[in-house]
Amino acid sequence: MTTRIFISRDSGALCVGAEEVATALAKAAGLRGLAVDIVRTGSRGLYWLEPLVEVATSDGRIGYGPVAVGDVESLLDAPLLEGGEHPLRLGLVEDLPWLKRQTRLTFARCGIVDPRSLPDYRAHGGYQGLEKALAMAPEAIVEEVVNSGLRGRGGAGFPTGIKWRTVAKTVNPQKYIVCNADEGDSGTFADRMIMEGDPFVLIEGMTIAGIATGASYGYVYIRSEYPHAIEAMEIAIKAVREGGMLGPNVAGSGHAYDMEVRAGAGAYVCGEETSLLESLEGRRGEVRAKPPLPAHIGLFGKPTVINNVLSLATVPFIMSEGAAIYRDYGMGRSRGTMPIQLAGNIKHGGLFETAFGITLGELVDDIGGGTRNGRPVRAVQVGGPLGAYFPRSLFDTPFDYEAFTAADGLIGHGGVVVFDDTVDMAKQARFAMEFCAIESCGKCTPCRIGSARGVEVIDRIMADTDRAANITVLEDLCNTMKFGSLCALGGFTPYPVMSALTHFPEDFGATPKRLQAAE
Amino acid sequence: MRRYEAWSVPRAAEIIAREKHRPGAALPILHAIQETFGCVPEAAVPMVAEALNLSRAEMHGTVTFYHDFRKSPPGRRVLKLCRAESCQAAGGDALAARAEEKLGVEMGETTADARVTLEAVYCLGLCHSSPAAMLDGHVFGMLDERKLDALVKEAQA
Repeated sequence: MTTRIFISRDSGALCVGAEEVATALAKAAGLRGLAVDIVRTGSRGLYWLEPLVEVATSDGRIGYGPVAVGDVESLLDAPLLEGGEHPLRLGLVEDLPWLKRQTRLTFARCGIVDPRSLPDYRAHGGYQGLEKALAMAPEAIVEEVVNSGLRGRGGAGFPTGIKWRTVAKTVNPQKYIVCNADEGDSGTFADRMIMEGDPFVLIEGMTIAGIATGASYGYVYIRSEYPHAIEAMEIAIKAVREGGMLGPNVAGSGHAYDMEVRAGAGAYVCGEETSLLESLEGRRGEVRAKPPLPAHIGLFGKPTVINNVLSLATVPFIMSEGAAIYRDYGMGRSRGTMPIQLAGNIKHGGLFETAFGITLGELVDDIGGGTRNGRPVRAVQVGGPLGAYFPRSLFDTPFDYEAFTAADGLIGHGGVVVFDDTVDMAKQARFAMEFCAIESCGKCTPCRIGSARGVEVIDRIMADTDRAANITVLEDLCNTMKFGSLCALGGFTPYPVMSALTHFPEDFGATPKRLQAAE
Repeated sequence: MRRYEAWSVPRAAEIIAREKHRPGAALPILHAIQETFGCVPEAAVPMVAEALNLSRAEMHGTVTFYHDFRKSPPGRRVLKLCRAESCQAAGGDALAARAEEKLGVEMGETTADARVTLEAVYCLGLCHSSPAAMLDGHVFGMLDERKLDALVKEAQA
């Protein structure tokens, strides 16, 4: 009898040696004459346990990790194929507390299925959402998404269903679905995980979006830093097209919908939706002024739905299980679940999908296990390079769009980067300005010039040159950028800068007054 | 490790002809040119501009906007070190300085023997296993001094 073994091909597993482990295991098993079928899955998101080797037993999948090439022989002696005892044995993977505490709706299949197998996707509930959608009127699909309370997971938090409704109401023979997979925020990797681990769910979500809004073509704009995700999506799209679920007659429904992957070219600002559209059209990724909204005049001047990977990948669940089930999770106006990504100097780095409402402290100390090097946590940056730095005193903040806004921060794309007590917050503030200067598209002055001046002002503060006056200048500059920039790059760079200054004034050599400016 | 083709006008014309029918073809064309020649040579810019019915200035603006597109081919190996916040939090600054010292170049430069190009990258999406790096498309995480040294050595080999 052939035993199935599961090893991730997610780049987060590859970066710690999963490919070498898979190769060594296949070779060693072959030499022993053992019949094994090594299935290459996505990652479960428990990255400190990668490379994670799972073996199918009658009780379920037993995990071992982190496995090195040198462990392969002793694992086979255990014996691995019977789920035998070994120092790296973790037990049933589904029962690991880190997984058990999660509510995996968007990531239900990630790490479990073979991301290159359409039959495997279907066997795990795939395409049930589309099947339900095809039995409904397009307007009803849109209303279902509206009713789910799903908000844009890219960062802005705009209700997904409302975007769809706006596009659905336009009359135009050509409309587009664009998936924003330009996941550039440091501390985030959820989009990458979905594309590498469950690409079919994104294709299904985009297909449903196309049918609901009357769009017959879609683009997934993936950053060039993600070659593995680009490859995984291209393989999946081909498989789906061959399976008749993309093309002129999706699943025999009479609806036409097809899509392709486009690679970015290393510009952070292209994660901003209008800049992304410019880039897709083949131009410099300069931000467009809004209005007009992309929903009215978007890609190639046509009505366009532009959503983040996670928003679109959540749609199949909403369609198959119903809006009410999704909406029942969460708190306040933040409905459903959020795939939170724990990163930086953290013991248990990975993806934790849970209902909104969990506190920052629970995430960092309890689930994340504190820092990897054991030093005290001093600051965490939430929401990428444009997100605020939080001190421990704000660790009771619940993960919720509005609660983070009230704390002068943002949840963004759900990345949490942990820093220990050796961090220099003035240096981090300087980096935020420097990054904005490097990545600014140059269209608006507050961002283009403000960020360059910001670096200089922080340098003067750090050098103790007229410090008090320069802190005032920095506050003024942040206000100008916040209210005068065209998009979130210039507009949100003040978040990391001001939060560093407000919560960690000692690193700037001063104790400035607490700012009211962020209002 | 990659071997690139020498610049050739007919070859560039062939690539442009293959890609130009696509809506918004500029980036796919530029990527294909760079994949073939290792960079987007100055001579390619007016060719792409003409094919897409754009001015040279517009095309120049597009090429230079994106960090990915090079003016000249890189070294035989390209080592990208992540310099974004998550990797900074996990000791990435010290590793970047170490790599610069070992290779004798700064970020964005190529060694004198043209073997290695060292580049900063702002996030590889491996933040759960920071610090992270990429050597010619292969990813590496949980870097420490020992692993970085091995990586630099591999790049130089």
